[in-house]
Amino acid sequence: MTTAAPRATGPGAAKSPSEPPPSPPVTPGGVPLRRSLVRALPISPALVLLLLFLAGPIVYCVWIAFTDLQLTGQAESSFVGLENFRTAFRDEEFLNAVWLTLVFTVISSLIGQNTLGLALASLMRRASKPVRTLTGGIVITAWVLPEVVAGFLLYAFFRREGTLNAILDWLHLPSQNWLFTLPILAVSFANVWRGTAFSMLVYSAALNEIPKEITEAAEVDGAGGRRRMWHITLPMIRRSIATNLMLNTLQTLSVFGLIWVMTRGGPGDKSQTLPLFMYEQAFQNSMIGYGTAVALLLLLVGSLFSLVYLRLLRTEV
Amino acid sequence: MALTLSSRRRSRRLAADAGLFVFAAAFVLPLAWVVLSALDPHADLRVKAPDGLTLGNFDAILTSDITFTPLLNSLILCGGATGLTVVCAALAAYPLSRFRSRLNRPFLLTILFATSLPITAIMVPVYALFVRVDLIDTMQGTIFFFAASQLPFAIWLMKNFMDGVPRELEEAAWTDGASSLQSLVRIVLPLMGPGVSVVTVFSFVMMWGNFFVPFMLLLTPDQMPASVSINEFFGNRGMVAYGQLAAFSVVYSTPVILLYVLIARRLGGGFALGGAVKG
Repeated sequence: MTTAAPRATGPGAAKSPSEPPPSPPVTPGGVPLRRSLVRALPISPALVLLLLFLAGPIVYCVWIAFTDLQLTGQAESSFVGLENFRTAFRDEEFLNAVWLTLVFTVISSLIGQNTLGLALASLMRRASKPVRTLTGGIVITAWVLPEVVAGFLLYAFFRREGTLNAILDWLHLPSQNWLFTLPILAVSFANVWRGTAFSMLVYSAALNEIPKEITEAAEVDGAGGRRRMWHITLPMIRRSIATNLMLNTLQTLSVFGLIWVMTRGGPGDKSQTLPLFMYEQAFQNSMIGYGTAVALLLLLVGSLFSLVYLRLLRTEV
Repeated sequence: MALTLSSRRRSRRLAADAGLFVFAAAFVLPLAWVVLSALDPHADLRVKAPDGLTLGNFDAILTSDITFTPLLNSLILCGGATGLTVVCAALAAYPLSRFRSRLNRPFLLTILFATSLPITAIMVPVYALFVRVDLIDTMQGTIFFFAASQLPFAIWLMKNFMDGVPRELEEAAWTDGASSLQSLVRIVLPLMGPGVSVVTVFSFVMMWGNFFVPFMLLLTPDQMPASVSINEFFGNRGMVAYGQLAAFSVVYSTPVILLYVLIARRLGGGFALGGAVKG
């Protein structure tokens, strides 16, 4: 590979990335303003895009969350203060959505994707290569599939006439209409199916970094599998666990398409998580202001998780 | 002792294989349904052996209305946005990776913070904003938003890949009088080919599968990408044509799976992305 060439030029290569470019000597006070502006110039296209299309909407979000903006061409919206938030916390549908979002997140992200991902990653370390490749391929395919397609596949799987009930019948277990009786469970499992690959990849990378000698030493000392997991593996990958939990949770909080395709939030509002609630308020009930207030709450929760995630990574930036 | 250890290891490998098989079987069922149903003239909602192999389902959906126009729209949308993302990210990553500045760290922290914001949450205000500035229902507006939403992660990845390119060659170019832009395009980017392709493919795959953004920002059916049109076509028809639905899913998903395989191979296993995301 071409990358090998410059690396061979000298032992100094290893430390160079942390040093400033050597060309003209830099004064202790820093680079002259004009030149640092010129140097920063390439950032500007990205900065413009980010400011206009990402920061802009967020600021706008904060503004209209405090207004009674509606969809139906009414020209003026007025400032209503905290009214939208007060409405939200009195609104049973909103509280229902918060509860369902919690259930969805805990089942699919904290318990499902995270644990299953760790289980798969640690099984893969011991399994033979063909089985490992096969399982990895299948799980990753589920992850790479477009969200809507995943939604259709799991809709078919959980339907009354679907595969799950066929298997339950075959095992002589009671079958039921999952999307009707336990929709939140069905969509949670769908999210597990779709999202586990990410955790699996994160944990595979983390487990690979544990030195073999440590596990082997413990094994020779007679520590059983469960004790090795609890006392050695888990403490050693705890940073990856935290990072993975954060990212999983953030991803799960913003799932929309999967649930929309499978149940549209129904029946009734039995699988209406916050993103679907927000959409319904903004577009079916035309309450953009109220929908945005809900969005802002979601964004705040997301930011909180995001800040925790930053702290976890802090040493690496 | 050694013998018991190795035999214990063998039995453990068998147990692990068996365990993985169970998971693989559970995960493969929905995938098996879509593949088998796409080839089945009488597909229903269960995984079953097809009643006979047919390409009729593909025949039925490979029309410009159902497949070609939405896929072309997807391609324009995701291709345009990916191009924009990669160019902006490469330009932005260069000074961040090469020059020291007091602003680097706060900027990078903000970028990292933005990578994990739930984009879903800002779609309602984006819609309202786009209505106001007349970008709603336009391809360019959606492309800009797509690019902006993918940029934080793309810049972050690109910067990390760029840090891995040693700077000796570049310094030679600088002394020869090359500008930053020249050394970026002629020297750094070619050296980080795999990194650029990861950023490109990752952005493209994320956008290709994204449903919510075009669902909110595009209104005219003719402009809809495949992620939304599949829902309109089949969701509103009461989903009776299961075979066709499956065939369409296969056609729509294949490109991203192939792209993923492409970069996974190139990076020696699919584990690089997990590592990259981890930080």
